[in-house]
Amino acid sequence: MKKLIAVSFAIITLMACQSDDQTIKSEATIRFNFSHNWDGTIVTNTDFNNTQYTNAHGETLSIEKLRYLISKLTFHQSNGEKLVLEGYILVDVTNGTHLSFSSKTLVPTGNYTNVSFLFGFDNEDNISGAYTDLNSASWNVPETLGGGYHYMQLEGKYINTLNEQTGYAYHAIRAADNSDPDNIIFQDTFIEVNLGSVIISNDTSFNIEMNIAEWFKNPNTWDLNILYNSLMPNFNAQVMMFENGQDVFSLESVSP
Amino acid sequence: MLTKKGLHMVFLLLIVSCTNETVEQFTYGPTPAPLNIPLIFEQNILAPIIPFNNPQTVEGITLGKKLFFDPILSANNTQACADCHTPENAFTDANRFSEGIDGILGNRNSMPLFNLAWNYDEKFFWDGRVFSLEHQAFEPVTNPIEMKSTWQQVVDKLQTHQDYPLLFNKAFGTSTIDSTLVTRAIAQFERTLISASSKFDKYLIGEGTLTVQELNGFNVFMDETKGDCFHCHGNANNPLWTDNIFHNNGLDAVITDLGLGKVTGDPADNGKFKSPSLRNLAFTAPYMHDGRFVTLEEVINHYSEGLQNSPTIDPLMKKVSQGGVHLTNEEKRDLKAFLFSLSDEAFISNPAFLNQ
Repeated sequence: MKKLIAVSFAIITLMACQSDDQTIKSEATIRFNFSHNWDGTIVTNTDFNNTQYTNAHGETLSIEKLRYLISKLTFHQSNGEKLVLEGYILVDVTNGTHLSFSSKTLVPTGNYTNVSFLFGFDNEDNISGAYTDLNSASWNVPETLGGGYHYMQLEGKYINTLNEQTGYAYHAIRAADNSDPDNIIFQDTFIEVNLGSVIISNDTSFNIEMNIAEWFKNPNTWDLNILYNSLMPNFNAQVMMFENGQDVFSLESVSP
Repeated sequence: MLTKKGLHMVFLLLIVSCTNETVEQFTYGPTPAPLNIPLIFEQNILAPIIPFNNPQTVEGITLGKKLFFDPILSANNTQACADCHTPENAFTDANRFSEGIDGILGNRNSMPLFNLAWNYDEKFFWDGRVFSLEHQAFEPVTNPIEMKSTWQQVVDKLQTHQDYPLLFNKAFGTSTIDSTLVTRAIAQFERTLISASSKFDKYLIGEGTLTVQELNGFNVFMDETKGDCFHCHGNANNPLWTDNIFHNNGLDAVITDLGLGKVTGDPADNGKFKSPSLRNLAFTAPYMHDGRFVTLEEVINHYSEGLQNSPTIDPLMKKVSQGGVHLTNEEKRDLKAFLFSLSDEAFISNPAFLNQ
């Protein structure tokens, strides 16, 4: 009798499991994971503070700080409709925090023609002082440069032409030419990153890579000896960052 | 067998016991006293950190204030927290290094105390060696060159004091005093030390104006090619005027005080100290973790032309080989004027924070 009960229980359990597996979810939890590399070599905060990377121009450099803003995670449907996930992420590689983001909003399962996100804020969201967590992180941009928020802070040291260790601060913001303070000229420099089409049938993780070396590489070979600090008010440098940033992000994998 | 005299003694003891119990009887119900969060903080930055196990109460704050100003915490009853953290100096003191009860000097400048509940990472001291405000309060009491006491001594003195057992009972529901409750009470008082009424604060909320010089100084502060102070010291949207993060700001070519590096053991952290808030500079001289600069002019000159290179110097320190960005004299004067506009007279004269 005991054996019969045990077998029955096992069958019921198996059926339950089978049933779970076969359930087709109507909505899924979406997770975005951000990893970093230097031309294929993994970079984490444990690699910081060592002058171990060489950029396309030939300077050797270290990374001491890296944090950047991701916003408007968007699922594009074939009918043209878009599902934009609420919120933004301040990915902080220095402290190893917010390297992953799980959406509060469940995403309907189905086929999507594209999944995209923004590096930085678009102008609609880039509102001075609007976000208390970003203010608390001193992520703001001076009003003399249009206000709003940084898109990225990448800092470290490089070896200059005099063989001296020198600090660099590669800070990305919306490009602003404030040579005439009463008539600031702006150029949009947030970057839309397209990850391609995807079928969401269950909870899904998007594993996204940033190749940090790309910021210094293509199409502008970045000369740190010239462009190493005070880059926020440098309109042309911001445009160059925007151009180089086009190929920085890639979709490493999508895992169910 | 009890004699008649013995019965009398038992009766007497019962009365004494009952009498004591009557004294002890107290309905524990401390009055919640949530922090009075300034509008400029509420609108701009994240909520303060209040530990779930140490909520702010009227009774806790009252007790914490009494303890803060009471030399009973020191071994020879000569030194209170307030001796090195005086209200008129925005809760630091005017000395480069502070004296302990034996007249021995420390090696760090006493830190000012305000807006401590907004230290989101909760790393305290110049080198961040302690997590949480409650734990911070443990250290000075037993530090051999500060109050030089032991917690057992402190607890014994407090326990036999005529007032403290009842005050602890009111604050925490027990008259049995221990070090944890002492530090919790002090932390509650310290969290009330909120500074948000400077001239610049009033300007930001539309209740005051700034001079042209102060406004120009703010622009120097916010200009990445000039002061570039805002990356570490906040901005109009982060009115704490600090990032509460640790930096090597180029004070020395050879680092002898490792600061954060001694705490983490990571050589990359050598020479890093917490960015202090720029509020209340009018009251907090001398400056830097070791109080080496007597005046604000000296501080500005350091960043302008006195930077010293070292392996861990912060990348945001510019033109280090030339000593800095070389501000003009006018820019320096403007910057100083702006920085002093962050000082808060109402804070240092707030009766709630004075020993009265």
